Amino acid sequence: MSDTSVKAATTEMPGAWQSLWRSLKRVLREPLGALGLVLVVFVIVSAVGADLFAPFEPNKIDIRAKLQPPSAEHLLGTDQLGRDIFSRVLIGGQIALKVSLVSIGLALVIGLTLGLIAGFGPRWLDNALMLLFDSVRSFPTVMFALAVVTLFGPSLTTVMIVVVITQIPIYGRMVRSQTLALRDAEFILAERALGAGFFRIIGMHILPNVVGPLLILASMDIPFVITIEAGLSFLGMGVRPPTPSWGTILNDGYSYIYNTPWPVIAGGIPVILTTLGFTFLGESLRDVFDPRLRKEI
Amino acid sequence: MNTLLELDDVHVRFRTHSPLNAILKGIDDPFVDAVNGVSLEIGEGETYGLVGESGSGKTTLARSIIGLVEPQRGSIRYDGTELVGMPTAEMQKFRGNVGAMFQDPVGSLSPRMTIRSLLAEPFKIHDLSQRNLGQEVNRLLEMVGLNRDFANRYPHQLSGGQARRVGVARALALDPKLVVADEPTAGLDVSVQGEILNLLGRLQQELGISILVITHNLNVVRHITDRMGIMYFGRVVEQGPTETMFHQPSHPYTLALLSANPEPDPDAEIDRLELQGEVPSLFNRPSGCEFHPRCPFADDRCQASFPDLTELSDAHSYRCHHPLHVT
Repeated sequence: MSDTSVKAATTEMPGAWQSLWRSLKRVLREPLGALGLVLVVFVIVSAVGADLFAPFEPNKIDIRAKLQPPSAEHLLGTDQLGRDIFSRVLIGGQIALKVSLVSIGLALVIGLTLGLIAGFGPRWLDNALMLLFDSVRSFPTVMFALAVVTLFGPSLTTVMIVVVITQIPIYGRMVRSQTLALRDAEFILAERALGAGFFRIIGMHILPNVVGPLLILASMDIPFVITIEAGLSFLGMGVRPPTPSWGTILNDGYSYIYNTPWPVIAGGIPVILTTLGFTFLGESLRDVFDPRLRKEI
Repeated sequence: MNTLLELDDVHVRFRTHSPLNAILKGIDDPFVDAVNGVSLEIGEGETYGLVGESGSGKTTLARSIIGLVEPQRGSIRYDGTELVGMPTAEMQKFRGNVGAMFQDPVGSLSPRMTIRSLLAEPFKIHDLSQRNLGQEVNRLLEMVGLNRDFANRYPHQLSGGQARRVGVARALALDPKLVVADEPTAGLDVSVQGEILNLLGRLQQELGISILVITHNLNVVRHITDRMGIMYFGRVVEQGPTETMFHQPSHPYTLALLSANPEPDPDAEIDRLELQGEVPSLFNRPSGCEFHPRCPFADDRCQASFPDLTELSDAHSYRCHHPLHVT
């Protein structure tokens, strides 16, 4: 037990801020959790402040300086049009984070709600939702994306819609199975016997037990979404050139990988760092949310 | 003694097939009767033991008293309030009046809450948070004999006995007049069982509560209850004062249960009655007295009709065509 909780053994109930602070300290106490948090903060700060940090205008073409290796002027070199890759990676981070955080957040919230409804609701509703989830899952992502693009035209929003709709069933199924397992657990009966209402049971007793694995899944989904965005952009269904995104940087670099590998490397490193950061953070968050997994006594 | 809880002809049925399914499969009666016409009374300050094999409907009956299961027929009156047919919102408010303990000591505590939050929850649910929750938590911990440090622990960090004490504290948090304890000693080793039973006994004397104990452990029943009822197949087949029941059971099933209980004295002479077979399936209810396929005294009358209630002196009653020791 930490110092704070020993002190709290006296009387007062811990406030919301206090428990938040305690959770943060738990994350920081583990090396991987701390590393994850640092990486995530680093990625977010560099994306938010990209316009300040970028030494060049990301779309400024300078054909004479094309495909230069990393130098003091161009930290990560230049691409085939002589654009500064470092600046493009920074600005591209904005898009990557926007797509992944917004669409995963949406998919998570909708999937969570539908999963809870399926788990708690009547049998027919459960069956109907499962059928819906399975039909969405059985549809090839690219075909689905093509259909959405025909409807709405290629844009970042299209990418996000595709990601949200294809990810909802994954979260929904997971929440449903966990809810089903918990619904008739004895502690839920005990809460009902105390007079707890429906929303209290969902919010205080089901949700905390469901959210842990969901966080892990979501954090591991972030790199997946970044690659979906890259793939769809490559097919011309996502971000249009010349807007920089990590996906387009990678795709641009492929053609020159034998002579000048740095565009691919420069585009790949942020993807790897973001993936690792969110995965470590997600894993340590799960441990914090589940007292049974804490490594303390 | 005033009556606190009065059950009259309570029936609980569970649906086994959805209406559509029942029609498709040609099932006329897609229900099972888990509790089949139970009547009993519990007085203020009394401890009542409900005994029966697994599947006899004890737990279902207990849940209908807490309001977790809605009976189809009959009436459950608690302190003058009728619980059957009570609207959901009212039922939620009412639930603070009856404390409940469940079978699994650790499993009946929400795993991600500290003991402090678990003990403060009854007050929060019933909007009593204007009370000093810290003080209430300490009072409850002290009442069940746990150190204050336990407030910061999580359920998985407790032993079965400690978790059971927390369960007792939660059941008693809102000063109920009745506590329904479903297998209060399940999963505990014998010395801890003793501690928990003594704790319950002490609290009952201090607080004057009534307790309904549901168990299949006859030693527990004999140790703490004033009166007991024997359940078989959703019915109470015999009930009466605990001591009388142990010394002079009237129903053959009661005798069979009592003689199945191990006797610590090897030289003691006991009337043994061994039963053949298993409890019949709920889906295939025997005609007449449900006990007749296993009863050594059964005859045609038992197959044909279910026996009426016979009342002896001293609130002792049974339902049997061939009672023992009664001529």
